Formats: sequence, C-alpha cells, structure tokens
Amino acid sequence: MSIKKLSPEDLLALNKFAVDEGNPHILVDKTKCAQCTARPCLVVCPARCYRQKDGEVNFEYAGCLECGTCRVVCTYGGVTSWNYPRASYGVTFRCS
Amino acid sequence: MSDDKFDVIVVGGGPAGCACAYTLAKQGKSVLLLERGNSAGSKNVSGGRLYTYALELVEPGMYQRAPLQRKIVREQIMMLGEGSAMTLDYVDYGFGEEVPQSYSVVRASLDEWFAAEVEAQGAMVGAGILVDGLVEKGGKIVGIRAGEEEMYADVVVAADGVNSLLGQKAGLFPDVKQHAVGIGVKETIELPDEVISQRFALKAGEGAARVALGCTEGISGGAFLYTNQGSISLGIVFNPEQAAKHGRQIQDIFQDFKTHPAILALIEGGTSVEYGAHLVPEMGFHGIPQRLHREGMLVVGDAAQFGINTGLIIRGMDLAIVSGLAAARAILASSSPAEAGPLYMRQLEELLLLPNMKVYANFHNIFAMPRVFQQYPQLANQALQFLFRVDGKVPEPMAKGLLRILKSNVSFGQLAADGWKAYRSL
Repeated sequence: MSIKKLSPEDLLALNKFAVDEGNPHILVDKTKCAQCTARPCLVVCPARCYRQKDGEVNFEYAGCLECGTCRVVCTYGGVTSWNYPRASYGVTFRCS
Repeated sequence: MSDDKFDVIVVGGGPAGCACAYTLAKQGKSVLLLERGNSAGSKNVSGGRLYTYALELVEPGMYQRAPLQRKIVREQIMMLGEGSAMTLDYVDYGFGEEVPQSYSVVRASLDEWFAAEVEAQGAMVGAGILVDGLVEKGGKIVGIRAGEEEMYADVVVAADGVNSLLGQKAGLFPDVKQHAVGIGVKETIELPDEVISQRFALKAGEGAARVALGCTEGISGGAFLYTNQGSISLGIVFNPEQAAKHGRQIQDIFQDFKTHPAILALIEGGTSVEYGAHLVPEMGFHGIPQRLHREGMLVVGDAAQFGINTGLIIRGMDLAIVSGLAAARAILASSSPAEAGPLYMRQLEELLLLPNMKVYANFHNIFAMPRVFQQYPQLANQALQFLFRVDGKVPEPMAKGLLRILKSNVSFGQLAADGWKAYRSL
C-alpha cells in the first residue's frame, strides 16, 4: 500500500474497536443540538462521529477515539453525558 | 491492613501513574494500579517523544530497560508553503551521548512495559478496570468505585489523563476549557527501518523529531513527526475553538498535510497502520488547576494539565513521570493522608516541575498570534523562492523584491506588534 489521503472511514478502519452494542458511552440530546447553530462537533471530532443529516446532528459512538473533544467544545449542552466506554470496550491502540 | 484496603490506589497506567506506583511499591507500600485499557498504553496516544531525565529520576539506568524507539539527535523545524517547504535541521550527536537526552516512543509498548515494571516491584496491577467513581467518607477520599465494586486506600492518586473525570468528581476543578487544550490527531505509518534512517540521514538507533508550521490553514496549531523503529508518527495539534470557527474538518486538513509533497517524500511507500486522537494541555503554567489535592487524593500528570510547549520543545510525558514521582515521595514522607497534599506541592517545586513550567508561563501567548500559523511560514517560503529563483529574466532588485513579499503577507504595524508580543512572552 502506498500513502494516500484517507477518508475518516478509512482512518477508523485501521483501528481495533470493540463496540459496546446498545450501550453508548456518550449521550447526545438532539433537541439541544437543534438550537445550536455553531455545531463545532461536526468539525472537530477527529473520528467524525457527529454528522449532519437533513439539518439534524446525528451521533454515532462506534468509531469514537475517546479523546473528549466533543465534550469540551459543546457549549450548548448537547453532550449530556460523557464517559469512557465500559472496561474492555472502545478503541485499542496498538502502535500509537 | 485488610485484604481490600491498600496504602495507595493509582488510577491510570500512563507514565504518571506508573512512575508513582513504581516508586511506592519499591518502598514497600501496598499499591493497586488500575488501568481502563486491556493493557496499559492501549488507550493512550501521544506525539511521541520522552525526555530521558524523568526516567533517570525514578531510577538511574531504568531507561536502558525501556522499549524506547530512537534516540533523538536531529531536531527539525519545518515551515510549509503552498507546494514548498523550508526545513531547519539541527543535528547534535551530543544529544545522543551517555544518557541520551530524549527518545521517540510508542505508548502501547512503553506504558505496557512500565506497568510490568510496577508489577515486578510487588504492586497489584489491574488492567481492563474502569474506575467510575470515588468513595468519600467524612469529607475524605477513602477509595474508588469500579462498577459494583468498592476498593479502599489511604490515598487515591488520580493519573486518569487530560479529561480527569475523577478530579472533577472530587470537586477539585471544573472540566477543561476548549481554549486550554489542543486536539491532536496522529497517523502511525510503517516503513522499513533502514528506509527511515536513509531518508532522515540517521544511523541505526538515532532519530529525528520535527515540528512544522504552516499546515493548519491558519488555525493555531502545528504538526509533528517522530521517527520510531520501523514507523513514523505523523500528526497535527489544533486549537479546537479556532478549528471549529474555521469550519473545515480537521482530519481533512491533516490528510492534506500528509500528502504535501515535502511530507509525502518522507513517508512514501509506507503503510498507514493506526489513527489516533488525544487532547493535549496547552496552557502551560496558567493551565494548572488551583487545587491538585484534597485529603486522600492527589492529581498527577495530564490530569493536572502539566505540559510545556515552546513550539520547539513539547513536554508532557516527562512532566507526568516527575509528578508521579513527586506524589509518591509525598506519600512516603507523610505520616497521615492529610499531609500528603501539601508535601506533594512542595515536591513539585523540589523536583523542578513547577519551576520549569514557570519559565515558559507566557508562551501560550505566542500561539495566540494568528500570523504565526500561516503568514509567517508563507513569507519564509516566498522569500526563499525569490532568493533561489533563476529563470534568465532580469530579477527584481533584491531589497525591493523582499519588501514586496513582506508587505504582501504582513503590515509593518502587525510585524512590530507581533515582535513586541513575542518578546514579552519569552
């Protein structure tokens, strides 16, 4: 493989994840997001877990890198709860 | 001591937690080190350089056992232009002599090794355990909660990283603010070790560390590159507040940087093997919370927001180790949990962590100057292009040409203001 630009999906596909199905470690209240016009999460989440569809913010925790950026930049209260995944779930870095 | 009570519980198996637990266990304390990842290091991402003196403080010669990557002898500063780049390459083999000054590191192996060292000193290490709360009694912290279980100790050391949920739960400080952190993204790219050595003019075991400006589309931030054994760590740290206002996804900006011709030439033929992200404390001395302890609890490492970034020197792991050692020494010297906190603060002074951070206390002001991230790198590149260009036409007189390039990037007023501000911040 040679070096090329990778999409967020390609980047996340490099990593090892154990997704805690049905048990999100971050909770997002879309009604709060609806009032937020800045929506910094769409830009700064390095895993692009936050995406806009039909004007709505959608959150998908499966590819979360557990960095905390969304919690820190969310000033509208959309991120209502931020925790680490339960033990043995989430991302496992092997060579970072 | 009952079976379920320890002298100390350390939460977090990074460099801070491991240095603390190692020192305590070595002195015969009963220590429990808890790590949420399945192995220490598996949740951690860092740019990738450790200044060796910190490990030497924990135990002389210890670094020789550690899985370090390459000893850094080349320090490089890069300024990127549109399709060009200027690189300053400072090579100093003295940095690699005796106890080498610094090494590139990979956290998955470094932290795993350090946790094993802790265990070998007689501490109990529990990986794959998420601590989600503290146990409080009579206004004191007396233990931790992990799921249904409670575990008790005279002192809990929070080494739980930059997000430090435990420090917040203890009421020591509020959540980190977005202006006080950087968001770092990083790709690990595998390349044959000899290829890395050739591309960076290194002998086996020697390494290069590089910082780069002009690759963040004007957002406060910069890139880093570290040579490891058989891989390169490449990444960018952004100010999240400015990145959000800028509006372009940070991983897209990062991918553009990665494929800039001057960077691509270094990593070409390599294989991307991992993508990580992590917050970095960026406020230096002024970012340290007012309170780092209460009875029964000390906060160390990234959790205490210890970090130094001068633009050339980026320090986090060494400060983490020193703070872990400071906490351990404080606990060893105290006759009751109440004494440990004030002694810890004194140790942070005596081990020179706080004096180091004070020297660079105002450096973050430099990174508040927007032109540092775009105009000045661009100016350097355009000036060099003008100076090196020969095409047979009659060139502009040198002074006139340079002045034109200068003015097209920055006004004299801005230049004077930035110069003054930079001088004041140093």
